[in-house]
Amino acid sequence: MEFRLHPVAMIRAILRPIDPPLFLLLMVLLAAALVVMQSASPARMEAQLVNTGVALALMWVTARIPAPRLLSLAMPLYVVGVVLLIGVALFGEISKGAQRWLDLGVARIQPSELMKIAMPLMLAWFFQQREGAIGLVEFLLAGVLLAVPVALIVTQPDLGTSLLVAAAGLYVIFFAGLSWKLIVPLVLIAVLGLGSIVAFGDTLCQPEVDWQVLREYQKHRVCTLLDPTSDPLGKGFHIIQSTIAIGSGGMFGKGWMQGTQTHLSFIPERHTDFIFAVMAEEFGLIGALALLVVLFMLLLRGLMIAAAAPTLGTRLLAGAITMIFFTYAFVNMGMVSGILPVVGVPLPFISYGGTALVTLCIGVGILMSIQRERALSQS
Amino acid sequence: MTEFRSPDQDVSRLRVRLVVAGVFMLLCLSLLAARFFYLQVLRFDYYHTRAEDNRIALVPVPPNRGAIVDRNGKVLARNFAAYTLDITPSQVEDLDETIDRLAEIVDISDYDRRRFKKFREESKFFESVPIRTKLTDEEVARVIARRYLFPGVDVQARLFREYPQGDLLGHVVGYMGRINSRDVDQIEARGKTANYRGTEHIGKRGLEESYEEELHGKTGSEQVEVDAGGRKVRLLSRRTAVPGNSLILTVDAGLQSVAHQAFGERRGALVAIEPSTGGVLALVSSPSFDPNLFVDGISVADWRGLNESPDRPLLNRAIYSAYPPGSTFKPFMGLAGLSTGKRTAQQAIADQGYYMFGGHRFMDDKVGGHGMVDLHKSIVQSCNTYYYMLANDLGIEGIADFMRPFGFGQITGIDLPGESDGVLPSPDWKRKRFKKPGQQKWYGGETISVGIGQGYNAYTPLQLATALSALVNDGVMFKPHVVKYVVDPQTGARREVEPKPIRQIPLKPAHLAAVRAAMVDVNITGTGARAFAGAEYSSGGKTGTAQVYSLKGTKYKEGNVAERLRDHSWFIAFAPADKPQIALAVLVENGGFGSRSAAPIARQVIDYYLLGKRPAGQASEDEDAPADQ
Repeated sequence: MEFRLHPVAMIRAILRPIDPPLFLLLMVLLAAALVVMQSASPARMEAQLVNTGVALALMWVTARIPAPRLLSLAMPLYVVGVVLLIGVALFGEISKGAQRWLDLGVARIQPSELMKIAMPLMLAWFFQQREGAIGLVEFLLAGVLLAVPVALIVTQPDLGTSLLVAAAGLYVIFFAGLSWKLIVPLVLIAVLGLGSIVAFGDTLCQPEVDWQVLREYQKHRVCTLLDPTSDPLGKGFHIIQSTIAIGSGGMFGKGWMQGTQTHLSFIPERHTDFIFAVMAEEFGLIGALALLVVLFMLLLRGLMIAAAAPTLGTRLLAGAITMIFFTYAFVNMGMVSGILPVVGVPLPFISYGGTALVTLCIGVGILMSIQRERALSQS
Repeated sequence: MTEFRSPDQDVSRLRVRLVVAGVFMLLCLSLLAARFFYLQVLRFDYYHTRAEDNRIALVPVPPNRGAIVDRNGKVLARNFAAYTLDITPSQVEDLDETIDRLAEIVDISDYDRRRFKKFREESKFFESVPIRTKLTDEEVARVIARRYLFPGVDVQARLFREYPQGDLLGHVVGYMGRINSRDVDQIEARGKTANYRGTEHIGKRGLEESYEEELHGKTGSEQVEVDAGGRKVRLLSRRTAVPGNSLILTVDAGLQSVAHQAFGERRGALVAIEPSTGGVLALVSSPSFDPNLFVDGISVADWRGLNESPDRPLLNRAIYSAYPPGSTFKPFMGLAGLSTGKRTAQQAIADQGYYMFGGHRFMDDKVGGHGMVDLHKSIVQSCNTYYYMLANDLGIEGIADFMRPFGFGQITGIDLPGESDGVLPSPDWKRKRFKKPGQQKWYGGETISVGIGQGYNAYTPLQLATALSALVNDGVMFKPHVVKYVVDPQTGARREVEPKPIRQIPLKPAHLAAVRAAMVDVNITGTGARAFAGAEYSSGGKTGTAQVYSLKGTKYKEGNVAERLRDHSWFIAFAPADKPQIALAVLVENGGFGSRSAAPIARQVIDYYLLGKRPAGQASEDEDAPADQ
């Protein structure tokens, strides 16, 4: 009798690792993704459903792992990630001009994707080890841990992912308490750098100017953003057309499956990076704001979990993961609406793409695991 | 649980930073919200218009061009649909590479490539240009199946022009060609740019050129939804095109065929006119050319063959080449003598074989002369001396004044492009024609030559046929025309071309009768007798021999000089004599005496026209034109 599982008990057991608010918000986003996908690329619906199922399962699995166990996985994951990145640099497959994929025989994987999780995990674990004795040396060491994989990803070259991985690490460092005296100058330098690019864009974008640090295609992306009309049939076309799609959606949108920019193929990459344009065209400002609200609620939940987390490591990890979600969303929507350069960043939880969805849902799983850890430590 | 307890201040500092992060996120997301508001509300109208512009294209629908048929309804020009393989260069990154890959699926010859290059230079950058025309069904299927591999490449159904009669009416019907930059300028000057949107071909010669406005029709339009690749997705609205008018010609293709074949390999021209209407029954310029060669861009080899041939097949001798009329001028001169009162029909002169003027002896072609010669004999025996004297009596001004109303030396105004005016000599003309004062003076001796149709005289076969028509039609002059009716294909309404005479030349019936009687006698006892022996109808005629003299100064190759220096042979004729239904002028270049080469052609043509008789050994025009089913 004792060993026979009562159905209610079983469901309760299954639901135990789940954080209801987070799960609810996630389900809203995933449902929205399916609705938009049906319009953007009906042929990919089946794959999207499979991806969603796999991602949710992995989220559940991750959520069941106790947070301390997760943190203890940091070092091995990080080491494996770096080794794989070196493997990509040496034996990787070249696709669309960049070397990002590694064929392991069973599956083709993108190790840089793994680093999006492994990096904040590693730094959170690292700071937890040094808790109570965190000083300049620790921050410098963290900087090195951050720089190695980022450098490897930059050379692939994959500017978008390297920026995201770097951001993930920097968020941990920020939450770990890096002095404002250091943060403020760093941010200032970044802002001034970007500002000068915008101000002197015309001269810098001359074909003969070599930007040294950035590759030609990266320079192109930045320059296109500064003046999309300079290249209306090339990269600028993407921004122009997605902006037209968003603007023509108006207040209430053209209606589901009714987006002319979407259905007449004017929006590029409409099922992946530019899926927000599809949504904004068909559901208008109302739809776009609804998405922003749901996303913001999800982010707030993440921050609440971080604030209430029981240990330093889990607090840092939860805060960083939340900020990564935010960064994805902001960079993507900023790019699609023409206020940020075209960087290959998907819209979190909405864009088509199995790897990204799985990574993001594992991130949600980690948040849930941390939330459950707090509940356990409180009891 | 770690063994260290984190200090409370660390936790609260972290919480502060979490709040900072939250506020930062809120600010950034608000920035996005503001951006969306700007795009979707403040700038909605602008982006809405941009999206509509993206989506909706106004596609011109070129009208069906009118057909051209002969007086019996035989089709001379029509349209047929065929598939072409088009490339839009502006949508293709590497043009050569794309063409190379296409060549693996369909045949693309060097000629196709050269033509594509030429067309491309003449078209606007966003226009599509055909790389192959007349694809087979199999080729169409092969391309369609692989279309996704070829962005900017498309198969299009186009209407092509077809001339089922081949070279039979090349000079009359003309041909169409791709609109080039010169045509574009002309269309613009005519204010027809909008009506030619979507049209790629235009009449370049012949009726296709002169009736371009009638044949073309009115361009319609379709509002279509297009995708990013510019492909039609769905039709939104349509304004149908109005097809061009058809032309029913006065020309009889059967007669044309008889005349055309009668020339064989010889160079020359024939114009046959219905005197009572001015309608052209046949208009031959030999050799002719096949207008079908031009339909989708003529190949270099074909063009060379036509353009560099010493026989000059592209030259329309019937309306452009002017020749001295020789003795065919004599009936008109005789009529001038009667009408001006300088001669009566019975008045005879004594011909001793020559005429002395200004110390120069103008020879008759009969040694010893024709004896006593009156008007009738002067025409039947073609006596030069009679006309030397008459010319002197009339004076050059008198001759020019009398001949002018018959249309000599002027554009007849026929509805074909490229007519030339020839020369009706007069002192006035000479003053304008020559620059040096010494050459500008008119000499009396020159008048004497003009009297027998030599000298500065130069008329086109069309002018001679038109003048003859007026002569046999009691001086009632029609403007010669090739088109009988312009027909609206939708309503069937017909508009007749040139139904009214343009003038009545004041001539006395008795004078006309005298001249015509003499011409009838030419075909009975005179120089036309042999050609018209045994004819089942009465007819009139006059031979002529034009000394080789070309106003346009054609250069001939040395090897051909001997043959090409022979005189041109003329014959003018009409039949039946009492009420002429046909008047014609025949010229055979370097044909020698008119009676030998030109007159038999006139006989064959009249036999066919009046009796329906085909010359022995001539194929009917149906077998002649296998393209016509």
